[in-house]
Amino acid sequence: MTTFEQRTAAAKIIQDALPHAIERVYEFRGDVTLVVKPAYIVEVCRFCRDSAELQFDMFSGVSGVDYYPDSPRFALVYHLYSLRNNVSIELKAFVEDDDEPSIDSVTEVYPAANWFEREILDMFGVTINNHPDPRRILTPADWEGHPLRKDYPLGYETVQFSFNFDEVNKHKPYAKE
Amino acid sequence: MTRLDESQWEGDLETLRGLVSERAFTGETMVLNMGPQHPSTHGVLRVILELEGEQIVNCIPDVGYLHTGIEKTMESKKYEQALVLTDRKDYLNNLGNNLTYCLAIEKLCDLDVPPRAQYMRVILAELSRIQSHLVWLGTHALDLGAMSVMLYCFRERERILDMFEMLSGQRMMTSYIRPGGLWRDIVPEFEPALRDFLNYFPAKVDDYERILTENPLWIDRTQGIGFISAEDAIRYGCSGPVLRGSGVNWDIRKAIPYSSYDHFEFDVPLGQHGDVYDRYMVRIQEMRQSVRIIQQAIDNLPGGPFRSQNRKYVPPPRSELGHSMEAVIHHFKLWTEGFRPPKGEVYVRTESPRGELGCYLVSDGGPKPWRVHFRTPSFVHLSAMPVMTRGYLIADVVGIIGSIDITLGDCDR
Repeated sequence: MTTFEQRTAAAKIIQDALPHAIERVYEFRGDVTLVVKPAYIVEVCRFCRDSAELQFDMFSGVSGVDYYPDSPRFALVYHLYSLRNNVSIELKAFVEDDDEPSIDSVTEVYPAANWFEREILDMFGVTINNHPDPRRILTPADWEGHPLRKDYPLGYETVQFSFNFDEVNKHKPYAKE
Repeated sequence: MTRLDESQWEGDLETLRGLVSERAFTGETMVLNMGPQHPSTHGVLRVILELEGEQIVNCIPDVGYLHTGIEKTMESKKYEQALVLTDRKDYLNNLGNNLTYCLAIEKLCDLDVPPRAQYMRVILAELSRIQSHLVWLGTHALDLGAMSVMLYCFRERERILDMFEMLSGQRMMTSYIRPGGLWRDIVPEFEPALRDFLNYFPAKVDDYERILTENPLWIDRTQGIGFISAEDAIRYGCSGPVLRGSGVNWDIRKAIPYSSYDHFEFDVPLGQHGDVYDRYMVRIQEMRQSVRIIQQAIDNLPGGPFRSQNRKYVPPPRSELGHSMEAVIHHFKLWTEGFRPPKGEVYVRTESPRGELGCYLVSDGGPKPWRVHFRTPSFVHLSAMPVMTRGYLIADVVGIIGSIDITLGDCDR
């Protein structure tokens, strides 16, 4: 079986076993993605890991995407890989609420997801329910805002030339008299 | 000068409630900060150690000190401009990062890469692997006391960096691997320099082994330390030498070959015990296997173009601009707006010297990437570090951090 056939076969197994949890399946450039309803993400992950035919034991990561101004705004994409069968698959969960986004943690199924979910709650502000350690990870602990959101500015440092030297100097955070 | 009084100290410990055990608050265990500035943490890594005497009860890595918002910045640059940022992410594996990002773009755009470029990419990725392992070996040995190995490794590394400079003008941040192939064709001085290096390098690896492998001091400091079982390594998402040191045979170059890796014959070294010593042996053997791959690639290097001829994504050579209107238009479009990949998302994995480096690229059809997420091995391995460190002595922490081979740029991006 080619890689693509293996992936579609795996997607079909998941879809047949948990039809209530999967919204649709799509493929792009040979990658198969299952769109999962966010309430069932832990169930689907547990099935993927424990099923004897699938054995998706390696958790490669979870990425957050912000589709602002589209709604639903946030999506979490879980990249799973099976070492035994050499098959990879993606699970995509669109978070329901745009203003107070939250989704369940898959750490109990895949401990590797721990830090990835912390990164998502730090960068996107999606609350991860039942996470064992819900702290910010990449930004300092007292940071406000969620940097990877599309409405968060990139931020620039004004270049200090001679004509604006004093103005820029005023805002520089070093010890002044 | 003010002294830290008791009340201030307790306040600091409060911030760690929930992370360290209750025994730290009664004074049974000591909480020690291995701060972001430390010569042996290989970058700005902060590790909070909870100690009972010298034994580690728990260890909490605190990352984010090198977070520079590379992923966010890439969202506001054209695809080829954003490539320059990928060099700086894992600064010891520049070409590997370029390669992962370019493979993602090529998969997204369905862009062909000529065989000459694919073989050159393999050569460069393996040189990058050797160079990264040399830094690892030098710094790891230095931390554990074998100070002479450091300069020997860096001396060999200079030869590799000279080769990168010949090709791209830059020693480290080369940005030489571009979408569609390479930036420019290889220069004539590269091949003799590479062959010279391949003749001279294997003896050097033997030299490093002569100093360390059977050295009783090295064995005492690394065998039996930092153990992680194969099941735990898979559960915590480990990959690369950390996973192979525990005996799991997974190398992305063999399992999911990219860029013609399936044309080359090489072995994948495996460890058995999952300790620091086995990870050391795996990386030493990997350096030898990399030499083997490069030898095969340079001997069979095909001729032909070094970059795709698809002008929608790859700029035309300047000589063409003189006589072709289409070339001028393509050049104009690529330089002002940048190329527009189709709308979609891809995930590409490669084997970086540290483990599985993944690039998840989301495109909205515009000239700038909508979202680039790098799944970096150092990030994942640091989250598995507590599993490897609990129960060992504080002197072993340095060896364990070294054996995981982290690069903070890779971890924090």
